[in-house]
Amino acid sequence: MSAAPVAPHPESAERLDLLLTAPAARTGWRVVPARVLAMCIVELQKLRHDRTEIYTRAIQPALWLLIYGETFTRIRAIPTGGIPYLDYLAPGIIAQSAMFISIFYGIMIIWERDSGILTKLLVTPTPRAALVTGKAFAAGVKAVIQVVVVVVIAALLGVSLTWNPLKLLGVVAIVVLGSAFFSCLSMSIAGIVLTRDRLMGIGQAITMPLFFGSNALYPVSAMPGWLQVISKFNPLSYEVDALRGLLIGTPAHLGTDYAVLAFAAALGITAASALLARLAR
Amino acid sequence: MTVARSASPDGGGGRREGAHVPISAPETTTDGPSAAEAVSLTGLEYSFGSTKAVDGVDLSVRTGEVFGLLGPNGAGKTTAIRVITTLLPVPAGVVRVFGYDVARQKMNVRRLLGYVPQQLSADASLTGRENVALFARVFDVSRKERAERVVQALEAVGLTEAADRLAGTYSGGMVRRLELAQALVSAPRLLILDEPTIGLDPIARDGVWEHISQVRAATGMTVLVTTHYMDEADQYCDRLALMHKGRIRAHGTPEELKNRLDERRREAGVDHASPVTLEDVFRDVAGSGLDDQGGGEFRDVRRTRRTASRVG
Ligand SMILES: Nc1ncnc2c1ncn2[C@@H]1O[C@H](COP(=O)(O)OP(=O)(O)O)[C@@H](O)[C@H]1O
Ligand SMILES: [Mg+2]
Repeated sequence: MSAAPVAPHPESAERLDLLLTAPAARTGWRVVPARVLAMCIVELQKLRHDRTEIYTRAIQPALWLLIYGETFTRIRAIPTGGIPYLDYLAPGIIAQSAMFISIFYGIMIIWERDSGILTKLLVTPTPRAALVTGKAFAAGVKAVIQVVVVVVIAALLGVSLTWNPLKLLGVVAIVVLGSAFFSCLSMSIAGIVLTRDRLMGIGQAITMPLFFGSNALYPVSAMPGWLQVISKFNPLSYEVDALRGLLIGTPAHLGTDYAVLAFAAALGITAASALLARLAR
Repeated sequence: MTVARSASPDGGGGRREGAHVPISAPETTTDGPSAAEAVSLTGLEYSFGSTKAVDGVDLSVRTGEVFGLLGPNGAGKTTAIRVITTLLPVPAGVVRVFGYDVARQKMNVRRLLGYVPQQLSADASLTGRENVALFARVFDVSRKERAERVVQALEAVGLTEAADRLAGTYSGGMVRRLELAQALVSAPRLLILDEPTIGLDPIARDGVWEHISQVRAATGMTVLVTTHYMDEADQYCDRLALMHKGRIRAHGTPEELKNRLDERRREAGVDHASPVTLEDVFRDVAGSGLDDQGGGEFRDVRRTRRTASRVG
Protein backbone atom coordinates (compact mmCIF):
# COMPACT_ATOMS: atom_id res chain seq x y z
CA MET A 1 0.00 0.00 0.00
CA SER A 2 1.56 3.25 -1.03
CA ALA A 3 0.60 6.43 0.77
CA ALA A 4 -2.18 8.14 -1.07
CA PRO A 5 -1.61 11.82 -1.78
CA VAL A 6 -3.16 13.94 0.93
CA ALA A 7 -6.62 14.97 -0.12
CA PRO A 8 -7.19 18.72 -0.03
CA HIS A 9 -10.57 18.46 1.70
CA PRO A 10 -10.29 17.50 5.38
CA GLU A 11 -13.71 15.82 5.53
CA SER A 12 -12.39 12.94 3.42
CA ALA A 13 -12.29 9.91 5.69
CA GLU A 14 -9.48 8.44 3.62
CA ARG A 15 -6.75 10.72 4.94
CA LEU A 16 -4.81 7.92 6.55
CA ASP A 17 -1.34 8.43 5.11
CA LEU A 18 0.38 8.71 8.50
CA LEU A 19 -1.29 5.54 9.70
CA LEU A 20 0.49 3.51 7.06
CA THR A 21 3.98 3.65 8.53
CA ALA A 22 5.03 2.53 11.96
CA PRO A 23 6.88 5.13 14.04
CA ALA A 24 10.62 4.69 14.51
CA ALA A 25 11.37 2.97 17.79
CA ARG A 26 13.12 4.77 20.61
CA THR A 27 15.87 2.61 22.03
CA GLY A 28 18.22 2.31 24.95
CA TRP A 29 18.16 4.86 27.75
CA ARG A 30 15.64 7.09 25.98
CA VAL A 31 12.76 4.69 26.56
CA VAL A 32 12.31 5.19 30.30
CA PRO A 33 12.27 9.02 30.32
CA ALA A 34 9.87 9.00 27.38
CA ARG A 35 7.45 6.67 29.18
CA VAL A 36 7.79 8.62 32.43
CA LEU A 37 6.90 11.79 30.56
CA ALA A 38 3.91 10.10 28.91
CA MET A 39 2.53 8.94 32.28
CA CYS A 40 3.10 12.33 33.92
CA ILE A 41 1.32 14.12 31.05
CA VAL A 42 -1.67 11.81 31.45
CA GLU A 43 -1.80 12.65 35.15
CA LEU A 44 -1.69 16.38 34.49
CA GLN A 45 -4.42 16.04 31.87
CA LYS A 46 -6.61 14.19 34.34
CA LEU A 47 -6.04 16.86 36.97
CA ARG A 48 -6.94 19.53 34.45
CA HIS A 49 -10.30 17.86 33.85
CA ASP A 50 -11.11 17.11 37.46
CA ARG A 51 -9.44 18.49 40.57
CA THR A 52 -12.03 17.44 43.12
CA GLU A 53 -9.77 14.73 44.54
CA ILE A 54 -7.05 17.27 45.32
CA TYR A 55 -9.56 19.49 47.13
CA THR A 56 -11.38 16.77 49.04
CA ARG A 57 -8.06 15.32 50.11
CA ALA A 58 -7.03 18.75 51.41
CA ILE A 59 -9.84 18.72 53.98
CA GLN A 60 -8.24 16.14 56.24
CA PRO A 61 -4.82 17.85 56.46
CA ALA A 62 -6.59 21.15 57.07
CA LEU A 63 -8.43 19.61 60.02
CA TRP A 64 -5.24 18.09 61.38
CA LEU A 65 -3.54 21.47 61.33
CA LEU A 66 -6.55 23.41 62.55
CA ILE A 67 -7.77 21.18 65.37
CA TYR A 68 -4.91 18.93 66.41
CA GLY A 69 -2.25 21.54 65.60
CA GLU A 70 -3.88 24.47 67.36
CA THR A 71 -4.78 22.40 70.42
CA PHE A 72 -1.32 20.94 70.93
CA THR A 73 0.26 24.33 70.28
CA ARG A 74 -1.67 25.62 73.31
CA ILE A 75 -0.98 22.74 75.69
CA ARG A 76 2.71 22.52 74.71
CA ALA A 77 2.80 18.79 75.45
CA ILE A 78 5.25 17.91 72.69
CA PRO A 79 8.90 18.97 72.79
CA THR A 80 9.61 20.71 69.50
CA GLY A 81 12.92 22.39 70.24
CA GLY A 82 11.48 25.83 70.75
CA ILE A 83 9.33 26.31 67.64
CA PRO A 84 5.52 26.57 67.78
CA TYR A 85 3.92 23.15 67.53
CA LEU A 86 1.84 24.17 64.52
CA ASP A 87 5.03 24.96 62.62
CA TYR A 88 6.55 21.67 63.75
CA LEU A 89 3.45 19.77 62.67
CA ALA A 90 2.94 21.35 59.23
CA PRO A 91 5.73 19.44 57.38
CA GLY A 92 4.48 16.21 58.99
CA ILE A 93 0.97 16.80 57.69
CA ILE A 94 2.32 17.79 54.28
CA ALA A 95 4.26 14.53 54.10
CA GLN A 96 1.19 12.61 55.29
CA SER A 97 -1.05 14.05 52.59
CA ALA A 98 1.57 13.27 49.92
CA MET A 99 1.84 9.73 51.27
CA PHE A 100 -1.93 9.14 51.31
CA ILE A 101 -2.40 10.32 47.75
CA SER A 102 0.46 8.22 46.41
CA ILE A 103 -0.56 5.06 48.26
CA PHE A 104 -4.04 5.50 46.85
CA TYR A 105 -2.58 6.18 43.42
CA GLY A 106 -0.77 2.85 43.54
CA ILE A 107 -4.00 1.15 44.60
CA MET A 108 -5.69 2.54 41.49
CA ILE A 109 -3.58 0.22 39.37
CA ILE A 110 -5.90 -2.62 40.27
CA TRP A 111 -8.82 -0.69 38.78
CA GLU A 112 -6.75 -0.08 35.69
CA ARG A 113 -6.08 -3.80 35.51
CA ASP A 114 -9.75 -4.69 35.89
CA SER A 115 -10.82 -2.11 33.31
CA GLY A 116 -8.23 -3.19 30.73
CA ILE A 117 -6.30 0.11 30.73
CA LEU A 118 -3.24 -1.53 32.27
CA THR A 119 -3.57 -4.61 30.08
CA LYS A 120 -3.40 -2.47 26.99
CA LEU A 121 -0.35 -0.55 28.22
CA LEU A 122 1.38 -3.86 28.87
CA VAL A 123 1.03 -4.68 25.16
CA THR A 124 2.92 -1.54 24.12
CA PRO A 125 6.71 -1.45 23.70
CA THR A 126 7.10 -0.41 27.32
CA PRO A 127 9.28 -2.53 29.58
CA ARG A 128 7.60 -3.33 32.92
CA ALA A 129 10.17 -1.26 34.80
CA ALA A 130 9.53 1.75 32.55
CA LEU A 131 5.79 1.46 33.11
CA VAL A 132 6.23 1.27 36.88
CA THR A 133 8.73 4.16 36.90
CA GLY A 134 6.27 6.19 34.86
CA LYS A 135 3.49 5.44 37.33
CA ALA A 136 5.76 6.23 40.27
CA PHE A 137 6.66 9.65 38.91
CA ALA A 138 3.06 10.35 37.91
CA ALA A 139 2.14 9.70 41.55
CA GLY A 140 4.87 12.22 42.41
CA VAL A 141 3.33 14.82 40.11
CA LYS A 142 -0.05 14.37 41.74
CA ALA A 143 1.46 14.47 45.23
CA VAL A 144 3.36 17.69 44.47
CA ILE A 145 0.12 19.38 43.45
CA GLN A 146 -1.54 18.11 46.62
CA VAL A 147 1.41 19.44 48.64
CA VAL A 148 1.05 22.89 47.09
CA VAL A 149 -2.53 23.02 48.34
CA VAL A 150 -1.58 21.91 51.87
CA VAL A 151 1.36 24.35 51.98
CA VAL A 152 -1.02 27.18 51.12
CA ILE A 153 -3.39 26.07 53.89
CA ALA A 154 -0.50 25.95 56.35
CA ALA A 155 0.65 29.41 55.30
CA LEU A 156 -2.88 30.75 55.76
CA LEU A 157 -2.89 29.32 59.29
CA GLY A 158 0.20 31.36 60.03
CA VAL A 159 2.94 28.73 59.74
CA SER A 160 6.18 30.51 58.84
CA LEU A 161 7.44 28.59 55.82
CA THR A 162 10.40 29.31 53.60
CA TRP A 163 9.81 30.86 50.19
CA ASN A 164 13.39 30.23 49.07
CA PRO A 165 12.99 28.77 45.55
CA LEU A 166 15.98 26.44 45.90
CA LYS A 167 14.58 24.95 49.08
CA LEU A 168 11.16 24.61 47.48
CA LEU A 169 12.79 22.74 44.62
CA GLY A 170 14.33 20.48 47.25
CA VAL A 171 10.83 19.95 48.68
CA VAL A 172 9.54 18.93 45.25
CA ALA A 173 12.38 16.42 44.87
CA ILE A 174 11.74 14.91 48.32
CA VAL A 175 8.00 14.64 47.71
CA VAL A 176 8.53 12.98 44.31
CA LEU A 177 10.97 10.43 45.75
CA GLY A 178 8.73 9.69 48.72
CA SER A 179 5.66 9.32 46.49
CA ALA A 180 7.55 7.06 44.12
CA PHE A 181 8.24 4.77 47.06
CA PHE A 182 4.74 4.82 48.53
CA SER A 183 2.99 4.32 45.19
CA CYS A 184 5.31 1.40 44.41
CA LEU A 185 4.61 -0.02 47.86
CA SER A 186 0.91 -0.23 47.09
CA MET A 187 1.55 -1.42 43.52
CA SER A 188 3.71 -4.19 44.94
CA ILE A 189 1.01 -5.17 47.39
CA ALA A 190 -1.47 -5.11 44.51
CA GLY A 191 0.81 -7.53 42.67
CA ILE A 192 0.75 -9.84 45.69
CA VAL A 193 -2.92 -9.79 46.75
CA LEU A 194 -4.33 -9.34 43.20
CA THR A 195 -7.92 -8.39 44.10
CA ARG A 196 -9.28 -4.97 44.87
CA ASP A 197 -11.17 -5.92 48.01
CA ARG A 198 -8.08 -7.31 49.70
CA LEU A 199 -6.00 -4.39 48.48
CA MET A 200 -8.37 -1.77 49.87
CA GLY A 201 -8.28 -3.40 53.28
CA ILE A 202 -4.50 -3.55 53.29
CA GLY A 203 -4.23 0.00 52.00
CA GLN A 204 -6.25 1.22 54.96
CA ALA A 205 -4.24 -0.96 57.31
CA ILE A 206 -0.79 0.33 56.33
CA THR A 207 -1.34 4.08 56.12
CA MET A 208 -2.05 4.67 59.81
CA PRO A 209 0.96 2.70 61.17
CA LEU A 210 3.22 4.45 58.64
CA PHE A 211 1.90 7.79 59.84
CA PHE A 212 1.97 7.19 63.59
CA GLY A 213 5.21 5.23 63.34
CA SER A 214 6.97 8.31 62.00
CA ASN A 215 8.15 11.66 63.32
CA ALA A 216 5.24 13.47 61.65
CA LEU A 217 3.42 14.27 64.92
CA TYR A 218 6.18 14.05 67.55
CA PRO A 219 9.97 13.83 67.61
CA VAL A 220 11.57 10.41 67.50
CA SER A 221 13.16 11.06 70.92
CA ALA A 222 9.68 11.18 72.50
CA MET A 223 8.80 7.67 71.24
CA PRO A 224 9.17 4.41 73.17
CA GLY A 225 12.25 2.43 72.15
CA TRP A 226 10.48 -0.10 69.91
CA LEU A 227 8.71 2.66 67.99
CA GLN A 228 12.02 4.47 67.52
CA VAL A 229 13.33 1.36 65.78
CA ILE A 230 10.29 1.19 63.51
CA SER A 231 10.60 4.87 62.76
CA LYS A 232 14.19 4.31 61.62
CA PHE A 233 12.94 1.94 58.90
CA ASN A 234 10.03 4.16 57.93
CA PRO A 235 10.74 6.25 54.81
CA LEU A 236 8.07 8.71 55.92
CA SER A 237 10.33 9.75 58.83
CA TYR A 238 13.07 10.74 56.41
CA GLU A 239 10.62 12.61 54.23
CA VAL A 240 9.30 14.55 57.26
CA ASP A 241 12.83 15.26 58.49
CA ALA A 242 13.82 16.73 55.14
CA LEU A 243 10.61 18.73 54.76
CA ARG A 244 11.02 20.18 58.24
CA GLY A 245 14.62 21.14 57.51
CA LEU A 246 13.73 22.72 54.19
CA LEU A 247 10.42 24.41 55.03
CA ILE A 248 10.83 25.39 58.71
CA GLY A 249 14.59 25.43 59.03
CA THR A 250 14.94 22.91 61.87
CA PRO A 251 18.21 20.95 61.95
CA ALA A 252 17.88 18.06 59.48
CA HIS A 253 19.99 15.31 57.95
CA LEU A 254 19.32 16.21 54.34
CA GLY A 255 22.07 14.01 52.87
CA THR A 256 20.77 10.91 54.63
CA ASP A 257 17.17 11.82 53.87
CA TYR A 258 17.73 12.14 50.12
CA ALA A 259 19.89 9.00 50.01
CA VAL A 260 17.38 6.88 51.96
CA LEU A 261 14.41 8.07 49.92
CA ALA A 262 16.22 7.60 46.60
CA PHE A 263 17.19 4.09 47.68
CA ALA A 264 13.64 3.34 48.87
CA ALA A 265 12.20 4.60 45.58
CA ALA A 266 14.61 2.44 43.56
CA LEU A 267 13.78 -0.57 45.72
CA GLY A 268 10.05 0.08 45.34
CA ILE A 269 10.30 0.40 41.57
CA THR A 270 12.26 -2.85 41.37
CA ALA A 271 9.80 -4.75 43.54
CA ALA A 272 6.72 -3.38 41.78
CA SER A 273 8.20 -4.13 38.33
CA ALA A 274 8.86 -7.72 39.35
CA LEU A 275 5.34 -8.15 40.70
CA LEU A 276 3.54 -6.35 37.87
CA ALA A 277 3.51 -9.40 35.62
CA ARG A 278 1.28 -11.15 38.16
CA LEU A 279 -1.35 -8.47 37.63
CA ALA A 280 -1.33 -9.15 33.90
CA ARG A 281 -2.40 -12.78 34.30
CA MET B 1 -6.56 -34.41 20.37
CA THR B 2 -6.39 -35.57 16.76
CA VAL B 3 -9.12 -33.17 15.80
CA ALA B 4 -7.14 -30.25 17.10
CA ARG B 5 -3.83 -31.38 15.64
CA SER B 6 -5.18 -32.06 12.19
CA ALA B 7 -6.74 -28.63 12.20
CA SER B 8 -3.43 -27.10 11.17
CA PRO B 9 -4.19 -25.56 7.80
CA ASP B 10 -0.87 -26.31 6.17
CA GLY B 11 -0.52 -29.83 7.47
CA GLY B 12 1.86 -30.08 10.39
CA GLY B 13 4.65 -28.11 11.94
CA GLY B 14 7.55 -29.33 9.79
CA ARG B 15 7.62 -26.26 7.62
CA ARG B 16 7.61 -23.91 10.56
CA GLU B 17 10.58 -25.47 12.23
CA GLY B 18 12.66 -24.58 9.22
CA ALA B 19 11.50 -20.99 9.20
CA HIS B 20 14.23 -18.44 9.60
CA VAL B 21 13.95 -16.47 12.80
CA PRO B 22 16.53 -14.03 14.12
CA ILE B 23 17.54 -15.18 17.60
CA SER B 24 18.11 -11.74 19.04
CA ALA B 25 16.84 -9.14 16.65
CA PRO B 26 17.99 -5.73 17.82
CA GLU B 27 15.19 -3.53 19.11
CA THR B 28 15.80 -1.06 16.32
CA THR B 29 14.01 -3.23 13.78
CA THR B 30 10.31 -2.62 13.67
CA ASP B 31 9.76 -5.01 10.79
CA GLY B 32 9.65 -8.68 11.52
CA PRO B 33 11.31 -11.07 9.18
CA SER B 34 8.99 -11.06 6.19
CA ALA B 35 6.81 -13.98 7.16
CA ALA B 36 3.81 -15.12 5.17
CA GLU B 37 2.24 -16.00 8.49
CA ALA B 38 1.15 -13.14 10.72
CA VAL B 39 0.52 -15.50 13.62
CA SER B 40 1.42 -19.11 14.08
CA LEU B 41 0.53 -21.28 17.05
CA THR B 42 2.10 -24.72 17.37
CA GLY B 43 0.48 -26.95 19.94
CA LEU B 44 -0.40 -24.08 22.24
CA GLU B 45 -1.53 -25.12 25.71
CA TYR B 46 -2.35 -22.88 28.63
CA SER B 47 -3.78 -23.71 32.04
CA PHE B 48 -5.05 -21.62 34.93
CA GLY B 49 -4.38 -23.95 37.83
CA SER B 50 -6.35 -27.06 36.96
CA THR B 51 -8.45 -25.36 34.26
CA LYS B 52 -7.07 -26.14 30.85
CA ALA B 53 -8.11 -22.99 29.01
CA VAL B 54 -6.27 -23.78 25.76
CA ASP B 55 -5.63 -27.41 25.01
CA GLY B 56 -3.34 -27.98 22.04
CA VAL B 57 -4.16 -25.38 19.41
CA ASP B 58 -2.46 -25.16 16.03
CA LEU B 59 -3.33 -22.09 14.07
CA SER B 60 -1.97 -20.00 11.26
CA VAL B 61 -3.13 -16.50 10.40
CA ARG B 62 -1.97 -15.39 6.97
CA THR B 63 -0.66 -11.92 6.37
CA GLY B 64 -3.38 -9.56 5.17
CA GLU B 65 -6.45 -11.61 6.03
CA VAL B 66 -9.24 -11.10 8.54
CA PHE B 67 -9.14 -14.19 10.68
CA GLY B 68 -11.98 -14.97 13.04
CA LEU B 69 -11.62 -17.09 16.16
CA LEU B 70 -15.10 -18.23 17.04
CA GLY B 71 -16.48 -19.91 20.08
CA PRO B 72 -18.82 -19.65 23.06
CA ASN B 73 -17.88 -18.05 26.38
CA GLY B 74 -15.14 -20.05 28.05
CA ALA B 75 -13.86 -21.60 24.81
CA GLY B 76 -10.38 -20.20 25.43
CA LYS B 77 -10.39 -17.39 22.85
CA THR B 78 -9.27 -14.65 25.21
CA THR B 79 -6.58 -16.86 26.69
CA ALA B 80 -5.18 -17.56 23.23
CA ILE B 81 -5.25 -13.84 22.45
CA ARG B 82 -3.50 -12.99 25.70
CA VAL B 83 -0.74 -15.44 24.86
CA ILE B 84 -0.30 -13.90 21.41
CA THR B 85 -0.17 -10.40 22.89
CA THR B 86 2.69 -11.39 25.28
CA LEU B 87 0.47 -11.04 28.36
CA LEU B 88 0.66 -14.70 29.37
CA PRO B 89 3.93 -16.63 29.45
CA VAL B 90 4.49 -19.56 27.07
CA PRO B 91 7.54 -21.65 26.22
CA ALA B 92 9.71 -20.53 23.31
CA GLY B 93 8.84 -21.89 19.87
CA VAL B 94 5.09 -22.17 20.43
CA VAL B 95 3.81 -18.76 19.33
CA ARG B 96 5.22 -16.57 16.58
CA VAL B 97 4.05 -13.19 15.33
CA PHE B 98 5.50 -12.30 11.92
CA GLY B 99 8.29 -14.74 12.72
CA TYR B 100 9.14 -13.22 16.11
CA ASP B 101 8.94 -15.58 19.06
CA VAL B 102 6.46 -14.26 21.61
CA ALA B 103 8.41 -15.82 24.46
CA ARG B 104 11.77 -14.31 23.57
CA GLN B 105 11.17 -11.22 21.45
CA LYS B 106 8.36 -9.50 23.30
CA MET B 107 9.29 -5.93 22.38
CA ASN B 108 9.52 -6.76 18.68
CA VAL B 109 6.13 -8.44 18.83
CA ARG B 110 4.50 -5.59 20.74
CA ARG B 111 5.65 -3.00 18.22
CA LEU B 112 3.70 -4.82 15.52
CA LEU B 113 0.48 -5.17 17.49
CA GLY B 114 -2.62 -3.09 17.96
CA TYR B 115 -4.74 -4.64 20.69
CA VAL B 116 -8.33 -4.01 21.73
CA PRO B 117 -9.13 -6.14 24.79
CA GLN B 118 -12.50 -7.62 25.63
CA GLN B 119 -13.33 -5.04 28.31
CA LEU B 120 -13.96 -1.43 27.40
CA SER B 121 -10.51 -0.08 28.13
CA ALA B 122 -10.44 3.60 27.23
CA ASP B 123 -9.64 5.91 30.12
CA ALA B 124 -12.92 7.59 31.05
CA SER B 125 -11.19 10.54 32.71
CA LEU B 126 -9.31 11.58 29.56
CA THR B 127 -10.70 12.99 26.32
CA GLY B 128 -10.78 10.88 23.19
CA ARG B 129 -7.84 12.81 21.78
CA GLU B 130 -5.79 12.38 24.98
CA ASN B 131 -6.52 8.65 25.01
CA VAL B 132 -5.12 8.30 21.50
CA ALA B 133 -2.19 10.64 22.15
CA LEU B 134 -1.09 8.45 25.06
CA PHE B 135 -0.75 5.50 22.73
CA ALA B 136 1.07 7.63 20.17
CA ARG B 137 3.55 8.53 22.92
CA VAL B 138 4.14 5.02 24.20
CA PHE B 139 4.71 3.83 20.63
CA ASP B 140 7.37 6.53 20.17
CA VAL B 141 5.55 8.63 17.57
CA SER B 142 7.72 11.71 17.11
CA ARG B 143 6.45 15.00 18.47
CA LYS B 144 6.45 16.43 14.95
CA GLU B 145 3.97 13.83 13.73
CA ARG B 146 1.98 13.19 16.86
CA ALA B 147 -0.87 15.67 16.65
CA GLU B 148 -1.57 14.94 13.00
CA ARG B 149 -1.38 11.19 13.49
CA VAL B 150 -3.85 11.40 16.36
CA VAL B 151 -6.17 13.47 14.17
CA GLN B 152 -6.00 10.86 11.42
CA ALA B 153 -6.63 7.98 13.80
CA LEU B 154 -9.68 9.72 15.25
CA GLU B 155 -10.91 10.57 11.79
CA ALA B 156 -10.48 6.99 10.64
CA VAL B 157 -12.99 5.86 13.27
CA GLY B 158 -15.36 8.81 12.86
CA LEU B 159 -14.65 10.47 16.21
CA THR B 160 -13.38 13.82 14.97
CA GLU B 161 -16.38 15.68 16.37
CA ALA B 162 -16.24 14.02 19.78
CA ALA B 163 -12.44 14.11 20.10
CA ASP B 164 -12.33 16.67 22.88
CA ARG B 165 -15.06 15.20 25.03
CA LEU B 166 -14.19 12.99 27.98
CA ALA B 167 -14.34 9.33 27.00
CA GLY B 168 -16.57 8.81 30.04
CA THR B 169 -19.36 10.54 28.12
CA TYR B 170 -19.07 8.23 25.08
CA SER B 171 -21.55 5.53 24.16
CA GLY B 172 -20.37 1.92 24.05
CA GLY B 173 -19.93 1.96 20.29
CA MET B 174 -17.93 5.18 20.48
CA VAL B 175 -15.65 3.76 23.16
CA ARG B 176 -14.99 0.76 20.94
CA ARG B 177 -14.15 3.02 18.01
CA LEU B 178 -11.91 5.10 20.28
CA GLU B 179 -10.06 1.96 21.27
CA LEU B 180 -9.70 1.17 17.61
CA ALA B 181 -8.12 4.60 17.09
CA GLN B 182 -5.77 3.94 20.01
CA ALA B 183 -4.68 0.72 18.35
CA LEU B 184 -4.34 2.28 14.89
CA VAL B 185 -2.23 5.27 15.82
CA SER B 186 0.94 3.17 15.83
CA ALA B 187 0.23 1.68 12.37
CA PRO B 188 0.19 -1.93 13.59
CA ARG B 189 0.72 -4.78 11.14
CA LEU B 190 -1.57 -6.99 13.17
CA LEU B 191 -4.75 -5.71 14.74
CA ILE B 192 -6.10 -7.98 17.49
CA LEU B 193 -9.69 -7.45 18.55
CA ASP B 194 -11.16 -9.50 21.38
CA GLU B 195 -14.97 -9.54 21.09
CA PRO B 196 -15.04 -6.00 19.66
CA THR B 197 -18.83 -5.92 19.45
CA ILE B 198 -19.78 -7.65 22.69
CA GLY B 199 -22.72 -5.97 24.37
CA LEU B 200 -23.27 -3.45 21.57
CA ASP B 201 -26.60 -2.89 19.86
CA PRO B 202 -26.81 -3.98 16.21
CA ILE B 203 -26.30 -0.48 14.83
CA ALA B 204 -23.20 0.12 16.94
CA ARG B 205 -21.93 -3.33 15.93
CA ASP B 206 -22.23 -2.43 12.27
CA GLY B 207 -20.50 0.89 12.94
CA VAL B 208 -17.53 -0.82 14.57
CA TRP B 209 -17.20 -3.35 11.75
CA GLU B 210 -17.60 -0.70 9.07
CA HIS B 211 -14.60 1.18 10.49
CA ILE B 212 -12.55 -1.99 10.86
CA SER B 213 -13.20 -2.84 7.21
CA GLN B 214 -12.42 0.67 5.99
CA VAL B 215 -9.15 0.88 7.83
CA ARG B 216 -8.13 -2.55 6.71
CA ALA B 217 -8.87 -1.69 3.11
CA ALA B 218 -6.72 1.42 3.42
CA THR B 219 -3.78 -0.10 5.31
CA GLY B 220 -3.81 -3.77 4.36
CA MET B 221 -3.17 -4.82 7.94
CA THR B 222 -3.87 -8.30 9.22
CA VAL B 223 -6.81 -8.63 11.59
CA LEU B 224 -7.32 -11.34 14.20
CA VAL B 225 -10.74 -11.08 15.79
CA THR B 226 -12.62 -13.21 18.30
CA THR B 227 -16.38 -13.24 18.50
CA HIS B 228 -19.28 -15.41 19.48
CA TYR B 229 -21.56 -13.77 16.93
CA MET B 230 -21.72 -16.23 14.01
CA ASP B 231 -23.39 -13.73 11.68
CA GLU B 232 -20.51 -11.26 12.04
CA ALA B 233 -17.97 -13.95 11.43
CA ASP B 234 -19.79 -15.06 8.31
CA GLN B 235 -20.03 -11.55 6.96
CA TYR B 236 -16.62 -10.06 7.76
CA CYS B 237 -14.00 -12.81 8.14
CA ASP B 238 -11.87 -14.29 5.35
CA ARG B 239 -11.14 -17.42 7.34
CA LEU B 240 -12.40 -18.86 10.59
CA ALA B 241 -11.47 -21.30 13.29
CA LEU B 242 -14.21 -22.71 15.50
CA MET B 243 -13.01 -23.14 19.05
CA HIS B 244 -14.66 -25.17 21.75
CA LYS B 245 -13.36 -26.20 25.17
CA GLY B 246 -9.80 -25.11 24.42
CA ARG B 247 -9.54 -26.80 21.03
CA ILE B 248 -10.03 -25.86 17.40
CA ARG B 249 -12.85 -28.03 16.08
CA ALA B 250 -12.93 -26.84 12.47
CA HIS B 251 -11.42 -24.16 10.29
CA GLY B 252 -11.66 -22.72 6.81
CA THR B 253 -13.47 -19.98 4.97
CA PRO B 254 -17.09 -19.46 5.99
CA GLU B 255 -18.15 -20.87 2.62
CA GLU B 256 -15.93 -23.95 2.97
CA LEU B 257 -17.25 -24.66 6.42
CA LYS B 258 -20.84 -24.38 5.34
CA ASN B 259 -20.36 -26.28 2.07
CA ARG B 260 -18.61 -29.13 3.82
CA LEU B 261 -21.50 -29.61 6.19
CA ASP B 262 -24.02 -29.19 3.39
CA GLU B 263 -22.32 -31.90 1.35
CA ARG B 264 -22.18 -34.30 4.24
CA ARG B 265 -25.82 -33.70 4.97
CA ARG B 266 -26.76 -34.41 1.39
CA GLU B 267 -24.63 -37.56 1.35
CA ALA B 268 -26.35 -38.71 4.51
CA GLY B 269 -29.66 -38.00 2.84
CA VAL B 270 -30.74 -35.42 5.37
CA ASP B 271 -32.98 -32.95 3.68
CA HIS B 272 -32.87 -29.45 5.10
CA ALA B 273 -35.16 -26.82 3.82
CA SER B 274 -33.11 -23.90 5.12
CA PRO B 275 -29.53 -23.26 3.96
CA VAL B 276 -26.67 -24.24 6.26
CA THR B 277 -25.51 -21.52 8.65
CA LEU B 278 -22.30 -21.23 10.67
CA GLU B 279 -24.45 -21.90 13.70
CA ASP B 280 -25.23 -25.34 12.19
CA VAL B 281 -21.55 -25.93 11.50
CA PHE B 282 -20.73 -25.14 15.09
CA ARG B 283 -23.50 -27.40 16.37
CA ASP B 284 -22.12 -30.12 14.16
CA VAL B 285 -18.50 -29.93 15.38
CA ALA B 286 -19.16 -29.10 19.02
CA GLY B 287 -22.13 -31.36 19.55
CA SER B 288 -24.28 -28.49 20.71
CA GLY B 289 -25.21 -25.03 19.60
CA LEU B 290 -23.62 -21.78 20.70
CA ASP B 291 -26.70 -20.75 22.59
CA ASP B 292 -26.94 -23.83 24.78
CA GLN B 293 -23.36 -23.81 26.03
CA GLY B 294 -24.40 -22.69 29.49
CA GLY B 295 -22.53 -19.45 28.91
CA GLY B 296 -19.19 -20.45 30.38
CA GLU B 297 -18.36 -20.02 34.00
CA PHE B 298 -19.53 -17.44 36.47
CA ARG B 299 -16.57 -15.12 35.98
CA ASP B 300 -17.15 -14.96 32.23
CA VAL B 301 -20.76 -14.08 32.73
CA ARG B 302 -19.87 -11.49 35.30
CA ARG B 303 -17.19 -9.97 33.10
CA THR B 304 -19.53 -9.85 30.14
CA ARG B 305 -22.24 -8.28 32.25
CA ARG B 306 -19.86 -5.63 33.47
CA THR B 307 -18.87 -4.79 29.92
CA ALA B 308 -22.47 -4.85 28.84
CA SER B 309 -23.57 -2.56 31.62
CA ARG B 310 -20.81 -0.09 30.85
CA VAL B 311 -21.87 -0.19 27.25
CA GLY B 312 -25.39 0.58 28.44
N1 LIG C 1 -7.38 -15.40 34.93
C1 LIG C 1 -8.01 -16.60 34.95
N2 LIG C 1 -7.93 -17.38 36.05
C2 LIG C 1 -8.55 -18.58 36.07
N3 LIG C 1 -9.25 -19.11 35.07
C3 LIG C 1 -9.38 -18.38 33.94
C4 LIG C 1 -8.76 -17.09 33.83
N4 LIG C 1 -9.04 -16.60 32.59
C5 LIG C 1 -9.79 -17.54 31.97
N5 LIG C 1 -9.99 -18.61 32.77
C6 LIG C 1 -10.75 -19.83 32.41
O1 LIG C 1 -10.22 -20.33 31.20
C7 LIG C 1 -11.26 -20.76 30.33
C8 LIG C 1 -11.18 -20.01 29.02
O2 LIG C 1 -11.49 -18.66 29.24
P1 LIG C 1 -11.37 -17.53 28.13
O3 LIG C 1 -10.08 -17.68 27.44
O4 LIG C 1 -11.65 -16.23 28.78
O5 LIG C 1 -12.56 -17.92 27.13
P2 LIG C 1 -13.33 -17.06 26.06
O6 LIG C 1 -12.56 -15.81 25.81
O7 LIG C 1 -13.43 -17.93 24.85
O8 LIG C 1 -14.67 -16.76 26.63
C9 LIG C 1 -12.56 -20.55 31.08
O9 LIG C 1 -12.91 -21.77 31.68
C10 LIG C 1 -12.21 -19.52 32.10
O10 LIG C 1 -13.01 -19.65 33.24
MG1 LIG D 1 -13.18 -13.87 25.93
